[in-house]
Amino acid sequence: MASLNVNGKVREFQADPDTPLLWVLREQLGLTGTKYGCGVAQCGACTVHIDGAAVRSCTMPVRAVANKRITTIEGLSADGSHPVQKAWVALDVPQCGYCQSGMIMAAAALLKAAPQPSDTQINESITNICRCGTYNRVRAAIKVAAQGGNAKSAGLAIQHIGESTS
Amino acid sequence: MTTNLARRRFLGTSAAAAGSLVVGIHIPFARDAAAQGAKTQGAATPEINAWVVVQADDTVVIRIARSEMGQGSLTGLAQLVAEELECDWAKVKTEYPTPGENLARNRVWGNFSTGGSRGIRESQEYVRKGGATARLMLVQAAADEWKVPAGECVAANSVITHSPTGRTTTYGKVAAVAATLKAPTDVPLKDAKDWKLVGKRLARLDTADKVTGAQMYGSDLKLPGMLNAAIKDCPVFGGKVKSVETAAVLKRPGVKKVVRVGVSAVAVVADTWWRAKTALDALPIEWDYGPNAAVSSATFAAELKAGLDAKEAVVGNSVGDARAAIAAAPRKVEAVYSYPHQNHATMETMNATARYTPERCEVWTPTQNGEAALAAAAEASGLPLAKCEVYKQLLGGGFGRRGAVHDWVRQVVAIAKEMPGTPIKLIWSREEDMLHGRFHPVTQCKLTAGLDAEGNVAGFHMRISGQSILASVAPQNIKDGKDPVVFQGLNPPGPETSIGYTFPALLIDHAMRNPHVPPGFWRGVNLNQNTIYLECFIDEIAHATGQDPLAFRRKLMANHPKHLAVLNAAAERAGWGKPAPAGVYRGLAQTMGFGSYVAGCAEVSVSDQGALKIHRIVAATDPGYAVNPQQIEAQVEGSFVYGLSAALYGECTVKDGRIEQQNFDTYRVLRMHEMPAVETVIVASGGFWGGVGEPTIAVAAPAVLNAIFAATGKRIRDLPLKNQDLKKA
Repeated sequence: MASLNVNGKVREFQADPDTPLLWVLREQLGLTGTKYGCGVAQCGACTVHIDGAAVRSCTMPVRAVANKRITTIEGLSADGSHPVQKAWVALDVPQCGYCQSGMIMAAAALLKAAPQPSDTQINESITNICRCGTYNRVRAAIKVAAQGGNAKSAGLAIQHIGESTS
Repeated sequence: MTTNLARRRFLGTSAAAAGSLVVGIHIPFARDAAAQGAKTQGAATPEINAWVVVQADDTVVIRIARSEMGQGSLTGLAQLVAEELECDWAKVKTEYPTPGENLARNRVWGNFSTGGSRGIRESQEYVRKGGATARLMLVQAAADEWKVPAGECVAANSVITHSPTGRTTTYGKVAAVAATLKAPTDVPLKDAKDWKLVGKRLARLDTADKVTGAQMYGSDLKLPGMLNAAIKDCPVFGGKVKSVETAAVLKRPGVKKVVRVGVSAVAVVADTWWRAKTALDALPIEWDYGPNAAVSSATFAAELKAGLDAKEAVVGNSVGDARAAIAAAPRKVEAVYSYPHQNHATMETMNATARYTPERCEVWTPTQNGEAALAAAAEASGLPLAKCEVYKQLLGGGFGRRGAVHDWVRQVVAIAKEMPGTPIKLIWSREEDMLHGRFHPVTQCKLTAGLDAEGNVAGFHMRISGQSILASVAPQNIKDGKDPVVFQGLNPPGPETSIGYTFPALLIDHAMRNPHVPPGFWRGVNLNQNTIYLECFIDEIAHATGQDPLAFRRKLMANHPKHLAVLNAAAERAGWGKPAPAGVYRGLAQTMGFGSYVAGCAEVSVSDQGALKIHRIVAATDPGYAVNPQQIEAQVEGSFVYGLSAALYGECTVKDGRIEQQNFDTYRVLRMHEMPAVETVIVASGGFWGGVGEPTIAVAAPAVLNAIFAATGKRIRDLPLKNQDLKKA
């Protein structure tokens, strides 16, 4: 029995030590918010935080992260209240949503390292693939989160239930 | 949050259980409208009609038959129902009826197919009537209770008010009685000017769970006792499995079974997918590659090229005698274009879960057409439709791949049949998904224009040579050798997809050439390459005759005011005719498809080294009515990501009979740093309902290609751009 520190808890599991972290998260620990997209660290759908840094878990053998702090989308906040998640909701960023866990984890790591990221920093850090085409709203939401959550600045004028236009 | 209807307790699910409620909504394809009255009875929450359930706490559950795959029509369809229902939008939830329910109730929910940008435009009328009918029944129930004429009562925000007395009640309080009433048959719909929810920039209903990881997709499903499967189909289309050394992997930890699936595929079933996948990778399989083992992109390119001048071709659009007009013209312009195979590359690979017993076959899968998935499950299981059921899961992308052909459903059912009673989840690896797509059809096109002495087009001939989707996917729809879908965007005037130019003589014809690579409906379908061919060649004629591309188009578009209006809107917003920033060049394109009119103006620069940068695209779209403008903007932006991915990188090449690109490292797609600014101009001219998810894709590539010509003088006629040198000539 091996163990991992995931989302602030030590979780035990059984898997071959070469198994990618992605599949241990999804199949042994039931954390399916982290997605499989390519298996070769190209698309970023499997992005998690390892000791605070964004890492693609599909090519990371689980034995290599035994003593690390792992955060998945489920652990980014208890209730969807992380500033990046709130900005994402405010701007209705997701379309199909499949890549968005990875996008959000990449964006959260970027904002921690660079609280006011430039467009260049965003381009260099957010290399995740989205096929539906959310890139411009992802960029806008990162800026909204960086600016303290003022969704009006994005100019999308989305009408949320129970709120004034954002 | 969308749930499957069958996940809840659902009573009265067969037509035989029909009570007194008969909902007089016209549903296309319903075989027996009278049988639509199946309704819930007893203690469970009653449905007012097939589309609307009102719970005692005023929660309104709106049933959505079309699939949600990111395009937002779940929210748009709910807006349309809620608009007529006059319910409190804050208390709206949604729910998928199952394909089995639809079948049992004589297709009361109509067509489940979610493709061709049809989700809203083809169902808007009957879903609005569903909402209006339910409202009238709720109002009638309140009026009956108060013993007043229903005409004295008004409904708004889920509250019914008796106007003369000011007395009020809520939908939740009268729902149980309303569900027992006879549905009215003559149900007027609101005038567009009175809409309160339709046309508003409402937030989607399905966002919250997508930012926390809570949203379940098909590949996330876990059932008690479930096993996982990985599969390899013969990499060469048309090949077979020759032999499998099953014993080589059976002793690996967690491996349960090796299953031959049909004649061409092998699956490994294990306790986890990772173990199934790694065992499959280690499994020695010998293939019989079959008759296509020597086919390559080059061999069928030669076949298509021959089709460009073939005598036999099927006519899609014809005005006058174009060949004679071209022959008689003092000047000719001619060009040959081509467009490659492409994979949909949905972010979530194909997957499904099945549980088979001799009595019942159940399938959980992301699908664009639940009914087609049900038919596939029935065929693969050998059970009658009534003994099968499909539970639709959210799609991690669809783009046409998950609609017409449910090959992965057939596979998972075949595997589950080998292990009766055990749920089997099949997930394709990305490599399997890339090798076994249903690819964007490959075509070439020769365009010829005969010009008079003043540079006007006297005759115009467009010969398309290449692949037919219908010939592969729905051959019964090929009539007299003609695949009508080939002519998207090139048809005579009509409501669906017509050409926006008038030529004195015109011929558009198709020489069908079908390589062995299976084609499919790929978001935008044939409008994609047809618009490149036409719009780039129009640009070529404009330049060849020294005319401004916008002015030249306008001359040809006088009889096509809606096409022209979006072109003008895009050109104006982009500042056509005014100076662009230094080094930036513009290109135009317009088309009509999926019932909507679209145009784009791209701004690009090309460095001395030939590096392309797409700075901005202005897009105009006229879908008739704009149900949710902020979601239309999202679809327009998404269309450029899809269309520019295709233009820059999209190409699946064939060598030794198989697709060469197996993952995103060799099948590149657009990423954040390449994404231009997008400005969307919605020109909702009213009076018709057009689609939104697809048409704009078609203007992405030609607008950029025409801008590249403006920047470099290079006319790119073969995609993708990654194969082209853009250095100034």
